This record gives sequence, structure tokens and C-alpha cells, in this order.
Amino acid sequence: MKLINKTTIGWLVVAIAGFLVLQLAVTTGIISAYYEITLVTILINIILAVGLNLIIGFSGQFSLGHAGFMAIGAYTAGIITKYFPTYTGLFLGILAGVILTSIVALIVGIPTLRLKGDYLAIATLGVAEIIRIVIVNMQSVTNGAAGLSGIPYLSKWPLIYVFTVLTILLVANYTQSSPGRATIAIREDEIAAESMGVNTTKYKTIAFILGAATAAIGGALHASYFSVIRPGDFTFNKSVDVLIIVVFGGIGSITGSVVAAILLGFLNVFLQPFGALRMIIYALALIGIMIFKPSGLLGNKEFTVSGLLRLFNRKSAQGEG
Amino acid sequence: METFFQQMINGLSLGSIYALIALGYTMVYGIIKLINFAHGDIYMVGAFIGYTMIHSFGMGFFPALLTAMALSALLGVLIERIAYKPLRHATRIAVLITAIGVSYLLQNGMLYFYGAEVRSFPQVVDNTLFEVAGLQVSRIQLLIFATTLVLMVLLQFIVQKTKMGKAMRAVSTDSSAAQLMGINVDNVISFTFFLGSALAGAAGVLVGLYYNTIDPMMGVAPGLKAFVAAVLGGIGFIPGAVLGGFTIGIVETLVSAYGNSMIRDAVVYGILILILIIRPAGILGKHVKEKV
Amino acid sequence: MSLLEVKKLTKNFGGLSAISNVHLELKENELVGLIGPNGAGKTTLFNLLTGVYQPTEGSIEIETNGQRESVIGKKTYTITDMGFGRTFQNIRLFKNLTVLDNVLIAMHSKSKVGTLKSVLRLPSYYASESKMKKEAIELLKIFSLENKVDELAKNLPYGEQRRLEIVRALATKPKVLFLDEPAAGMNPQETADLTALIRQIQKDFKITILLIEHDMSLVMNVCERIYVLEYGRMIAHGTPEEIKGNKQVIKAYLGGE
Repeated sequence: MKLINKTTIGWLVVAIAGFLVLQLAVTTGIISAYYEITLVTILINIILAVGLNLIIGFSGQFSLGHAGFMAIGAYTAGIITKYFPTYTGLFLGILAGVILTSIVALIVGIPTLRLKGDYLAIATLGVAEIIRIVIVNMQSVTNGAAGLSGIPYLSKWPLIYVFTVLTILLVANYTQSSPGRATIAIREDEIAAESMGVNTTKYKTIAFILGAATAAIGGALHASYFSVIRPGDFTFNKSVDVLIIVVFGGIGSITGSVVAAILLGFLNVFLQPFGALRMIIYALALIGIMIFKPSGLLGNKEFTVSGLLRLFNRKSAQGEG
Repeated sequence: METFFQQMINGLSLGSIYALIALGYTMVYGIIKLINFAHGDIYMVGAFIGYTMIHSFGMGFFPALLTAMALSALLGVLIERIAYKPLRHATRIAVLITAIGVSYLLQNGMLYFYGAEVRSFPQVVDNTLFEVAGLQVSRIQLLIFATTLVLMVLLQFIVQKTKMGKAMRAVSTDSSAAQLMGINVDNVISFTFFLGSALAGAAGVLVGLYYNTIDPMMGVAPGLKAFVAAVLGGIGFIPGAVLGGFTIGIVETLVSAYGNSMIRDAVVYGILILILIIRPAGILGKHVKEKV
Repeated sequence: MSLLEVKKLTKNFGGLSAISNVHLELKENELVGLIGPNGAGKTTLFNLLTGVYQPTEGSIEIETNGQRESVIGKKTYTITDMGFGRTFQNIRLFKNLTVLDNVLIAMHSKSKVGTLKSVLRLPSYYASESKMKKEAIELLKIFSLENKVDELAKNLPYGEQRRLEIVRALATKPKVLFLDEPAAGMNPQETADLTALIRQIQKDFKITILLIEHDMSLVMNVCERIYVLEYGRMIAHGTPEEIKGNKQVIKAYLGGE
């Protein structure tokens, strides 16, 4: 086992190349200020979806409360950066958001993660709604339903890109490790996992907290990029939006979530000119995709660099032959 | 004390509506284990059908109620056949996403055709107030109680006494065994959507009359609450939906009356989470342990 | 010294008594059989011993580091950690994972690989990871599964799935191994091979095995002692010879007077 192998180099190249292409597109104006919003939305959606996929796809626990954790991250970072409008303030805000969210996830997770399937889903949905209502009612700190505005614009898109890569790395490293395998075992068969010595409560909670923490990062970056946040941004619908990305990409596939976030981002841009019909087309597309590809784009498989290399080798071999 | 009983009456009215919607959730869940997120929107469509029948066709309350129930039922069956049936063997989460897609479609379809503005529901029933023992009951509230009661008795009759009801119970216990016994599972599922959607349509018309306003997004919050009600009572279990519906209706009304209406929903969700932690299968639900 | 001592164990499901007043004792380094007709409560007893079910009455005590400890109220994974591994009658592999991953998961709790170390990929993470993989492959070799490490568990033939279940249980490094009908659904040849294998691992790993089996010949061949369960009661206990001649056992199996 080497620290640096073909796979890690491959992904590093993909990450850097992605950044350079985007940088080029922004400087040449291909990505206009308007499309930069789309870019950032996609990146934040990737962070959110990869985190939720860890909970749903890897630990097999059905959470519908992602927006709640995102809200905690957004408000914590938003409030802190309003007091300290510097990069130190931003990083402090993100850190505080992650810590606070992790604590809430721990408190929520321990009693509710005993619940199975849909019961857990509805409990987490309830938690997210409670978080939102608490934010609405903490008028003096959060400015209530009107929301928080004037949050310093500190997270430019390259910073968000870096955080996106780090989040993917975090989740990928976790899922491809011994604790990660124990977590996946819970998804596969909870009773068998427990009989093999896996402390199921512990690993469900770890996955839940890691997922919630990444939601907090996504929320914090959202607050710092868009400068305005309202409790209405973090409703059940937001959780559903993230869930759609996860299912569309393939439950249990990190690369699937990334691809799905990008494709749905493009679909959104493509549908803009349709005005009022936009959401109708989107809904029809959603139903159609699920009917024809219910396992999502990638199923639970990953898109790998080595797979890509194999594909290229085969193609070039065919070209020569 | 008088206010308390007054609030109980209001709570029961709201609870009746939640119970009617929750019944559809619980029956569908009992049969195909789907959280039918589009159910709240069927209720919304029901309200719009009632509105159109009264407003454009000059129907009275009962004809409008029956038309709304019939058309909502057909819509429910249509959705099931087109969107859910092809996914019978897919993962449950895929069907759930499809249901969310259907929900978006209904909301945005209505937005497209009717616009986003709030419409006032024509008052076909004059809202006389009756005074009984110092408590006020409106004619509309009485109408809600009576309609809900009749529909629940009817539902109970269908589920317990008819052949189709027996088939429904068989499918919800074990769908593959039911199939082996010669039950046409697809028809039973469609029939379940038919019943559930009819009840939701009725709830839509009643709410239009009670609160006087309707809009395309009106199904979202009550839909969610009704689902919470179903889970609270014990999902898949018909009496549970009724109990859950009334509980939430009464809790909401009491919190608004005595406390802070801003935290009303938080209290509802708080109770839900507590109940789930204490009794994971809901108040009336049975906990089934996995066989090892 | 006994590794496991069960006294007056009773389990009621509703009004039904699945296990009543059962005594059982396992010593170090022995191969014990547990037989009984269908529905006698054999698997229920396993589930009680491994903490999947909690008993209504009675005690289950185990020996850890020279100390007696009750396992009642303990979680299944703690009991596994204390050295009690098991297989399942109705194979419960992690179907969508590879053969290797199935074994690695069972090794996780003893490996003490932390989450932080894994996420940050510290050098020691790679060291423990490769050590675990080596050990896993060693184990798989014993069961001739080393060529199937990358196959998904669900794609293995039935007999190999049964063997993988045993490998996985062994990977938890048990002192006592509970095997729940390991030969179910196997043909006579496969059963014979498995019998030899079970005897061999019991000797090589110096562990105690409690074997539930339907197949009388397998149990009679390999077990030193046999317990017989009927309708939740322990009706006999003794050497294979004693059990063969026991009237009650014959009655339980063949019915009649």
C-alpha cells in the first residue's frame, strides 16, 4: 500500500484539471456572472448530496432532514462573519457551524437512529422543521422570518471548489476504510453486522454526524456566497432537492451524486427560458427518469479513474487493431 | 374552561380534515409501503374541483363534494397506473422520488392553469352559528363532523365487510401470498388509491368551505401534517390515522389558543418525535421484530 | 473451566414458551452438538446466547479473563467482541459486497482502526489495512476461497456462501463459535467435506464449537458431546453413544410411543 498510487494521482489530476477548465471559462467570460451562480449552486449541491449519500447510501439510514443541518451551518457562519468580515471569520464561522451541527446531529441521532426506514425519515423531517421554526423564533439573533442579509461575500467560487473537493475526499476516504466498511455492513444487513461485532449505533451515528457536518459546510458557503439567507431557504423542499440528486445519481455512488448535481444544474439552466412551464417539465423529467432508470444513473457503482483508463486503452487498442 | 371546550370543537374540525387526508396516506402505505407525497396535492386538486363546480357550474355543496370526490379518486387511480405501477419492483426510494415528482407536477400544473393567487371559496353554505351550552358551533363545522363521520363509517364498512376490503387487508398483510390466493393485487392497489384520493378530495372541499381560501400550494403543509398524523397513530393502520389526525388537530388548535402560534408546528413535530422514540411503531401500531 | 454456562434459561414469546429451563455448558476446546426436531428452539437458543433476544428468565454467564460475567442485557456486538462468533441458518452475508469485504468487516472491531485515522489517511492506516487484508486472505485460503476475494458474495455458489459465513465468523476471532446448520442444503459429499473442515478448524484454532445440525450423521461423527432439544426443553445430554441409545431422543425423532 502506497500513500500515492495511480488512483489518487488520477483523481488529483481530475480535480486540478476541473479547476483549470473552470478558471479559464470564468476569465474568458464563457461562464458569465449569471452562470457563476449556477456553478456555485452545483458545487454546493455536490457537497450536500455527497454528505446525504453517506447517510442514505452508505449507512442505509433514510434522512429527510438535511436542510435543517444546512440551516444551522448557514446561520452560524452568517452571524459570525457579520461580526468578523474576514477570511479568518469565515473559517471560524464554518468551523463553528460544523461543530454546532455535529452536536445537534449527535443529540438527534442517538435516540432517532434506533428507528427504521420511514420512521427515521419522518423523525428527521420533524427535526429539520423544528430547527427551522427555532430559527424563525430566535428573532434577536437570526432576524426571524425576514432572514439575515448583508452577510459578507467571502466565499468566491474557487474557495467553494476547494471545499467541494475536500468534502468528496472526506466522504470517499471514510467509505473506503475499515469504519466505512462497517458502516456499509449496516446498510447490507444490520443484524449480521451486529453479529460480526460492528457497533451499529456508533457507526450509524458517525455517518449521520459526518453527513450533517458536510451539510453545515454547504450551508455556510451558501450564506457567504449569496449574502442573504432566510428560514424559507431551508424547508422540507430543500431536503427533497438534495435527496433527488442522491437518488438520481445512484444511492451509494459518490461519483453518481457529483454527476447528478451537474446534470440537474444544467437542466435547470436549460429550462430557464420556459418560464412558468419550467417546473412542469422538471416534474415530468423527474417522473420519467425514475420510471426508466429507477436505480439512478450509476446505481451503486462508482465512476473510477482506472475504469476510465481501461476504457481509453480498449479504444486505442481498437484504433490500432 | 369554556374556551377550552370551544377550542376542542375547533380542534376537532381541523382534526377531521387531517384524519381524512391521513387515511389515504395510511392505506396506501399499508398496501405498497409508499409515502405518497403527492397525496396532499390530491387534496388541493379536490378543493379546486369543488371550487370550479360551485363557481363555474353553480352546483350546490353536496353535488360539488361528490364530484370532487369522484374526480379526485379518478386522478388518484390515474397517477397510480401511470407513475407508480411501472415501479412495482423498483426500490422504495425510487417510488418516493416519483411521488415527489407527481407532487411537483400537480402543484405546478395548477399554478400554470389557475395562477398563484389565493382564491376565495364560494360560500354555498350559510355559516349560521349555533349556541349549545355556551359553546359556539358553526353550520360548516357541523357539516365537517357529519361528512367525516359518514365517510369513516363508509370506509370502515368497505374495508371490513366487502370482498374488496378483505382483499385490501390480505394484500397489506402479505401481497405475494394474496396474489397466490388469486387476488388481483394491481386492482386492489388501484382501489386503495381510489378510496384514499376520494377522501382527500372531500377534505379539500371541506377545507375550502371552512377556511374560505384555496391556492395551488395549499396541499403542502396539511399533506405533511397528515402524514405525521398517520405515523403518529401507527402507519398502515386505519384507526391510527383517525386518532393521529384528531390528536394533531387538537394539539395545533390548543397551542395556537393558549401558547404561541409561531411554535405550533414545532410542538406537533416534537410530539411526533417523542412518540416515535417511546413507541417506534406509533400509538396504535404493532412493532414487528425481524426474524433471525 | 467452562467458557459458557447457561442455567434455567427460559424464553417466552407471548404465552408461548420457546425455550424453557434449559441448562448448557461449554468447556474450552470442545466440539458440541445441539440437535432436535424442527421448531425445537435451537435457533432461538442461539439468538439468546448471542444477545439477539433477551431471555425471560435464567442466566447466561461467560468466562472472560478469569472472571465470570453475565451476558444478559449486553448488545450482540459486545458479545461478539467477548469472543462469541456465529453463522446464520438462513445465510446472512453482506450480499452486495465482495468476499474480501465480508471478512474485513468481521475483523473491524478487533482491528481498532479509528474514524479520524481513516479519514485523514495517516500512514498507520495503510499499515493496518494491509495487515488486515493479509489475515483475511489467509483465512479464506483455509476454506479454498482465496481465488474469489473480489467476487460479490451474492454471486458465490450456495456451498461457498455457507463456507464464507464460517470464514466471516472466524474472522471475529472467537473463543466459541456457534454454527447454525452449516450443512443445510448441501449434498452428502459437500456435507462430508464440511464435516472434515469443521473438525480441522476446531483443532487448528483451538476453539469451542457449538453446532446446530439437522443431519444426525454429521453431529454423531464429529461431536464429543450432544445436547438434544425438544419443544424448548433439553431432553437429553451425553456422548453420541449415549444419545443414540436414549429412548426419549428416539421418540422425539421418530415419534410414536
